[in-house]
Amino acid sequence: MDIIGKRRLFLAISGILVACGIIALLTRGLNLGVDFTGGSLLRLRFERPVTASEVSEALTSRELADMNLRKAVVQPIGGTNDVQVRAQVGGRPLNDEQVGRIVATLSQRIGQVSVIESQMVEGVIGRELLSRALTAVVISWIGIIIYVSVRFEFKFAVAAVLALIHDTIIVLGAFALMGRQVNSPFIAAVLTIIGYSINDTIVIFDKIRENLRLRKKETLEELTNKSILQTLTRSLNTVITTLLAVFALFFFGGASIKDFSLALIIGLITGTYSSIFIASPIWLEWRMWERARQQRRIAAASRSKQPGPAKAR
Amino acid sequence: MRSGTLWKLVGIAALCVVCAVVIYKLPMNLGLDLRGGTRMVLEARDTDTVKADEDAVARAKEVIERRVNQLGVSEPAIYLQGAKRIVVELAGVKDPQRAREVIGRTAQLEFRDEQGNVIMTGSDLKNATAGSDEYGRPAVHFELTSEGAKKFEKATRENIGRPISIYLDQELLSSPVVQSVIRDKGQITGIGSMDKAKDLSMMLRAGALPVPLDLLHSEVLEPTLGQESIDQSKVAAVIGAGLVVLFMLAVYRLPGIMADIALGVYGLIVLAALAVIHAVLTLPGIAGLILSVGMAVDANVIIFERIKEEMRGGKRLRAAIDAGFTRAFGCILDSNVTTLITAAVLYVYGTGAVRGFAVTLGLGIVASMFTAIVVTRVLITAVVDRNPERYARYFGA
Repeated sequence: MDIIGKRRLFLAISGILVACGIIALLTRGLNLGVDFTGGSLLRLRFERPVTASEVSEALTSRELADMNLRKAVVQPIGGTNDVQVRAQVGGRPLNDEQVGRIVATLSQRIGQVSVIESQMVEGVIGRELLSRALTAVVISWIGIIIYVSVRFEFKFAVAAVLALIHDTIIVLGAFALMGRQVNSPFIAAVLTIIGYSINDTIVIFDKIRENLRLRKKETLEELTNKSILQTLTRSLNTVITTLLAVFALFFFGGASIKDFSLALIIGLITGTYSSIFIASPIWLEWRMWERARQQRRIAAASRSKQPGPAKAR
Repeated sequence: MRSGTLWKLVGIAALCVVCAVVIYKLPMNLGLDLRGGTRMVLEARDTDTVKADEDAVARAKEVIERRVNQLGVSEPAIYLQGAKRIVVELAGVKDPQRAREVIGRTAQLEFRDEQGNVIMTGSDLKNATAGSDEYGRPAVHFELTSEGAKKFEKATRENIGRPISIYLDQELLSSPVVQSVIRDKGQITGIGSMDKAKDLSMMLRAGALPVPLDLLHSEVLEPTLGQESIDQSKVAAVIGAGLVVLFMLAVYRLPGIMADIALGVYGLIVLAALAVIHAVLTLPGIAGLILSVGMAVDANVIIFERIKEEMRGGKRLRAAIDAGFTRAFGCILDSNVTTLITAAVLYVYGTGAVRGFAVTLGLGIVASMFTAIVVTRVLITAVVDRNPERYARYFGA
C-alpha cells in the first residue's frame, strides 16, 4: 500500500475539509449554548407533546409582550413532552419573576407545565469560560511542541500540532454545519479528541524515528510509508476499540450524552485519519523541502570548487 | 513460575483488593450534571464602605456555609473560584428559587432612629426565631448579645414615643414606636409571609454577608443519569466494556485475555484513586475515562504488535516478549506524556467541566501506563514461563 505516494491527494482532501470547516464556522457559526453566550435555558415539561410553534406563539403573546421574547429559541425534545426554551431579556438571563410569568402564561394557554431544568448565565461568565478553555488549549499545544521538539525534533512537533488543529477545525465545522448545540461537555469532547489525536500521531512518529536510526538505503518516502504501514494495525485496532466504547455510549446512553458521543465519534475518526494521512506527510514534505534547499546550496557552493556527490539525509 | 513473578502477582492481587475495599467504602461523588441539583456562581461586589477583598470573600463563604446548613442540604459543595467568586453546589434541592434567595441575599439588618442613625445591626443579634406577633402576623423574634442589649437599651430609652425603623438590605420592614425601654429581646414585623419570616430568621442566625454578592450563573439540573437514564448508561457501559474485551480477545487471543484482566485492574485503580482524592465524577470526567481506557488498550496493542514483530524477526517467544515490552516503552511514554501535558495544562487553566475532564484523564493515563507496562507483563510472563514453546502460537505471530 502506498500512502505516501498519494500524500498530495490526502493533503488536498484535508485542505478542502478544513476550508469547508472554516467556511461553515464563518458563515453558519457555532450554535453556542447559554454556557457561553449568557442568557437562560429552560427545560419545560408539559403533560402532552407540544409543538415549537405552539410554545413560541404563547411566548410572544400579549401577556409577555414587555419581555420581547420574539428571539427565544424553542426546541421540542424528541420522544418526550419536554421543550427547551432559550431566551434572554435585554441581554440578561431571566429572573425568577420572569420565569414565573412565562410558566403562568404557558399553563394558561397550553396546559400544565413545570420547569424541570433551568440555567441562568450572565454573559461575562460565559465569555470567560470560552476564553479560558481556548487559552488552555493553546498553551497545551505549546507544551506539546516543546516536548516533542526535545524528544523528537521541531518538525515532528509542528506537524503533530497541525494535525491537531486540522481535527479541531473539522469537528467544530461539522457541529456548525449540523447546527448542534455547543455546550461545556462539547469542550470536553474536543479536548478528548485533541488528546487522542496527539497520542495517535506520536506512535507513528516514534516508528519513523526508530526506522531513521536503522535506516539503510531506502528513500525518505519509502521509510515514512513503511513506518505508517508498520503501525497501521495498531492505529486501526486502537481506534476500533475506542470507537466501540463510544458507539455504545451513543446508541445506548441517555439523550444528553448523544451529542457528546457524536462529537467524539467524528473526532476519533478524523484524529486517526490525520495521524496516518496528514501528520507524517506534512513532516515529510517539510523535511524534503529542507533537503532540496540544502542540496541547492551545496550545489551552488561546489560549483565554485569542484563537483562531488552530496549526500544529505 | 519464577518466584519473582509470583511475588509480583501477589502484589498486584493485593493492590486490587485494596482498591476494591476503597471503592466499596468511599462513595463515588457524582457531579451535579449526573445526579441533578442546583449550582450557583456568586461574585462579591465592593460597596462604598467595604471592599470585596480576600477576607470579606472568605467570611461571605462562611456565612453561606452556615445558611446552607440551615437549609438542611446534605453534602453541599461550597468553594472559592478565583479571588471574588463563590461556587455553591447543592445536590437534590427541591426548591431552587428559595435556595437562591436564602443564599444570595445580603441580609444586612439595621435598626435606625428617626434621624437615620444606625442603632444596631444584625450582628448584635444572638438568636432569631420565626413566629407571630400579637395580631397573628408573621414576625421574627430576636434575642440580643450583651453588647447589643446595651445599645438597644440606650436607644429605646432615648427614643420613647418615637419610631425606630428596621431595614433589611436598605428596604424598610417596619417602624414600630418605642413604648418602653427594651433590653435584650424584641420582634420584627412587616415581613409578609410566614415562609419569609422563617427564611429571615434563618439568615439572621447565619449572619449577614459582609459584602453583597451578585448571582452570575445559576443552574437547576435534572439528573442526566435520571432513574431511567442511569439504567441506560449502565447498559451502555457494560456493552462498551464487553465489546472492548471481546475485540482484544478475538484479535490478540492469549495476550488479549491478559490485557483484558489488566484493563480490569486499571478500572479498579482509577475508581479507587478518584474516590481517594474525592474527585467528583461529571459527564466530561467520563469522557476523560473513556479516552484513558482507549489509551490503556492502546498501550497493550503497541506492545503486542511489537512482540509479533520481534517474533517475525526470528526471536523466540520469551526473548520477543522482553524485547517487545522494552522497545514499546519509549513509544508508550512519549505518546502518553504528550497527552499528560494536555491534561496538566487543562487542569491548571480550566474551570469546572474542563477541570473534571483533566483530573480523570491524568489519573487514567498514569494508571493505564502502569497496568499496560507492569500488570500485563507480569501476567503474560506468569503464563508463558510455564511452557514458552507451547504458547508461542497463541501470540498470533
